[in-house]
Amino acid sequence: MTIPVAMTVNGKPASGKVEARTLLVQFLREHLGMTGTHVGCDTSQCGACVVHVDGKSVKSCTMLAVQAEGAKVITIEGLAESAEKLHPMQEAFRENHALQCGFCTPGMVMSAIDMVKRHNYQLDEATVRRELEGNLCRCTGYHNIVKAILAAAPAMKSAGV
Amino acid sequence: MTAQTGIGARVKRKEDHRFLTGTGRYVDDLPLARATYAQFVRSPHAHAKIKSIDTSAAKAMPGVVAIFTGKDIADAKVGGLICGWVVKDKHGEPHKAPPHPVMAVDTVRYVGDTVAMVVANSHDEAKDAAEAIKIDYDVKAANVDLARALDKGAPEVHPEAPGNLIYDWEIGVKADVDAAFAKAAHVTKIDIVNNRLIPNAMEPRAAAADYDKGTGNYTLWSTSQNPHVLRLILSAFVLGIPEHKLRVIAPDVGGGFGSKIFCYNEETMVTWAASRVGRPIKWTAERSESFQTDAHGRDHVTHAELALDKDGKFLALKVETVANMGAYLSTFSTAVPTYLYATLLAGQYTTPLIYANVKAALTHTAPVDAYRGAGRPEATYVIESIVSKAAKELKIDPAELRRKNFIPSTAFPYQTPVALQYDSGNYPPIIDEAIKIADYKGFEARRAEAKSRGKLRGIGFSSYIEACGLAPSQVIGQLGGGVGQWESAQLKFNPTGNVQILTGSHSHGQGHETTFAQLVSDKLGVPMEQIEVVHGDTATTPFGMGTYGSRSLAVGGSAIMKAADKIIDKGKKIAAHLMEASVADVVFENGTFKVAGTDKAVPLAQAVFAAYVPHNYPITELEPGMDENAFYDPANFVYPAGTQICEVEIDPDTGVVEIVNHTAVDDFGNIINPMIVEGQVHGGIVQGVGQALLENAVYDKETGQLISGSYMDYTMPRADDVPSFKLGNKVTPCPHNPLGVKGCGEAGAIAAPAAVMNAVHDALAPLGVSHVPMPATSLNVWQAINGASK
Repeated sequence: MTIPVAMTVNGKPASGKVEARTLLVQFLREHLGMTGTHVGCDTSQCGACVVHVDGKSVKSCTMLAVQAEGAKVITIEGLAESAEKLHPMQEAFRENHALQCGFCTPGMVMSAIDMVKRHNYQLDEATVRRELEGNLCRCTGYHNIVKAILAAAPAMKSAGV
Repeated sequence: MTAQTGIGARVKRKEDHRFLTGTGRYVDDLPLARATYAQFVRSPHAHAKIKSIDTSAAKAMPGVVAIFTGKDIADAKVGGLICGWVVKDKHGEPHKAPPHPVMAVDTVRYVGDTVAMVVANSHDEAKDAAEAIKIDYDVKAANVDLARALDKGAPEVHPEAPGNLIYDWEIGVKADVDAAFAKAAHVTKIDIVNNRLIPNAMEPRAAAADYDKGTGNYTLWSTSQNPHVLRLILSAFVLGIPEHKLRVIAPDVGGGFGSKIFCYNEETMVTWAASRVGRPIKWTAERSESFQTDAHGRDHVTHAELALDKDGKFLALKVETVANMGAYLSTFSTAVPTYLYATLLAGQYTTPLIYANVKAALTHTAPVDAYRGAGRPEATYVIESIVSKAAKELKIDPAELRRKNFIPSTAFPYQTPVALQYDSGNYPPIIDEAIKIADYKGFEARRAEAKSRGKLRGIGFSSYIEACGLAPSQVIGQLGGGVGQWESAQLKFNPTGNVQILTGSHSHGQGHETTFAQLVSDKLGVPMEQIEVVHGDTATTPFGMGTYGSRSLAVGGSAIMKAADKIIDKGKKIAAHLMEASVADVVFENGTFKVAGTDKAVPLAQAVFAAYVPHNYPITELEPGMDENAFYDPANFVYPAGTQICEVEIDPDTGVVEIVNHTAVDDFGNIINPMIVEGQVHGGIVQGVGQALLENAVYDKETGQLISGSYMDYTMPRADDVPSFKLGNKVTPCPHNPLGVKGCGEAGAIAAPAAVMNAVHDALAPLGVSHVPMPATSLNVWQAINGASK
């Protein structure tokens, strides 16, 4: 039995028919073909699947697609203003070499943006490290991710995003 | 080339844009029309006989396309997986090589062993059907505890390896070492366990395969660090599909750390089944499958003794190690605790006599193979633990004891007593720099200050050596390796002047698309944006050996430089023709061919265009086109070295260890992109810190169940487990490759565990604690403290 579901993804209407058990991340990847959001574990620990649902960062493997009915979803694909103009957080990750294999990166960037906003663009290293507890990276040792987030916070503020 | 993009510049990575915008393409992302999805049924038992498999209910489930079991594979005469490195034991006999069936036929040998494969129209349907397969097992006693794996009466894993012994191997002359011990003024002894690790690349392993009925060609997309090697193994040993009919593509791969070198059951099955199903098949491991079935790392039990004279000079080292192989021999498993471990036991020191005995044991656990550092972290942990312990026992400063025994810079090339010849190095300035950065002089004041807060502060050194840049093919052959270890490159210019670098190396996070482009940009003067690095596809790149053992720049980069030299040679001939000059008078500078002493000049792009539009061209003497291939076989390994200093604070009430400072100073030879190199070191250190403080693959010793089978149970390092790092570097160029480079990929993980554990022991020494097992979790530390105070 399938259930119709409709939401807005990166500003565009998206709909489909899903099983009740279909996860939001499955809907994004398998139904919409938006493979920028990754799956790195099966226990909601790694954070590779983080997206924004109605402005809040959510692990899209912990949410059913039907729970996102009517929601506004932003994924990594929807962040950059254009191909040339990246979001300040994306730009800070690039500037600070905060990614290597790139697999955790979408979730890291989405979590980081939410983190900066929740802390009103004011962060210190200890806070960033504590706030990253839901995102695993095996490549970077976090050193440059922390640097990038600290650099992005003022950049986001001045860009008004 | 301009300073902004040439060798030594911190060039931002070309690959980042796609990874930051969600447009990377990993195996699971591939859209394959009419795809089916595979789910594997895995053994829930560590050791059992399969009495029966009933697939009838599963076959009737919705969406099921096919179900295969070990019997189908055996009937189809599919070969077993291979171990590609023959290690000869101390009697000269090759190691025991028990069969490694792609799917278990009548016996399962570890939790996670592959029993059946379900192919269905959707992943959920495949999972549902897999649960409906009924398997009747006759559960047997399991051999799980490595320390007892070789005991008489331990449950046998394979009849082909009596007593579970794969080999009993040695290096060095025991009698000479014993004689040196008899004369020693002091002997330091340690018993250590190098804890078992699970690699945990963030992208789980994945495979997708398609069979083209019209051509009879197979395509396998795989999360492989070495697609050509995977194809070779599948073709020549396992599936028998001729190499030219099998294309292996490793697209964007989300980290490997060794675990994606090997040929596994799943990609084999997916490829084999694709032609039978007649539709593409996709499989992606769930994380719990990765925990159970990715080749694990480390897992040694070691006793070591170091003999010193009255002045603290090392006289001899004796090492006895039992290494866990798991239930089957993975692709390079046998080499890891021998040629990548025991041959490194000289470390940075002049220890004149070394004897090591390594016994490789089978257990009913997942296969164990190379994981970041592969053997070298285990060797470093032995050496650097025993050296620090000796310093404590003799009341000599640990840095001083190391300095006293360093190989002097004048002694290179230096022949160690354990086969390797170190090509270059200068160790004292490295430790001096580390001491400076870490403010070692100020440590006792910091220790006292910490004490006033009720914290125990300790400091630990680890001076590592690494043989990497694998490797001279003839040496590898002599040691039993089954492959060559050269690397390939092709520089393919297009008529409009841009160029593709086709490399046999594979990037799964290392940033080759940037570093390799920097090499060519620097050498040939081509702007970065006109260079494309192509890798990971057997149909487009020259045969390559792939990426592992910190080899891509030292070996793959050298191949690129050789190909660039050929481009310059050919370009000179073309330019000489265009300038009506003698080839001998043509020089190549900053991307332009010139005739010395004249204003005649031909930019490379013009020579390239002439090569493709050869209207005015020495056509009778020179082929058209600008497309050069090179293979590079290194003359020796490369030998990066460095010192890490770790400083910890321990809360004696809880046993919690906090790393408060961590310094790493390395000699990687010349550095192409410092930004990327530093990133490799950061990541390596954290994997080493993970081993030292957090990570431990635990099997229940009775049942063989993997207790640490998820991120809920296996502690991955998180951002708040580590500090930011202080790095430094010193350079002694590698004398035998054209770039003067060494490898940087594994160093962090090689040195860090000993640095951290030495710091922990230093912190706890005032309490009389002499040994904390690794990982130094709060529980292990608390128990050590409270055991010691009883």
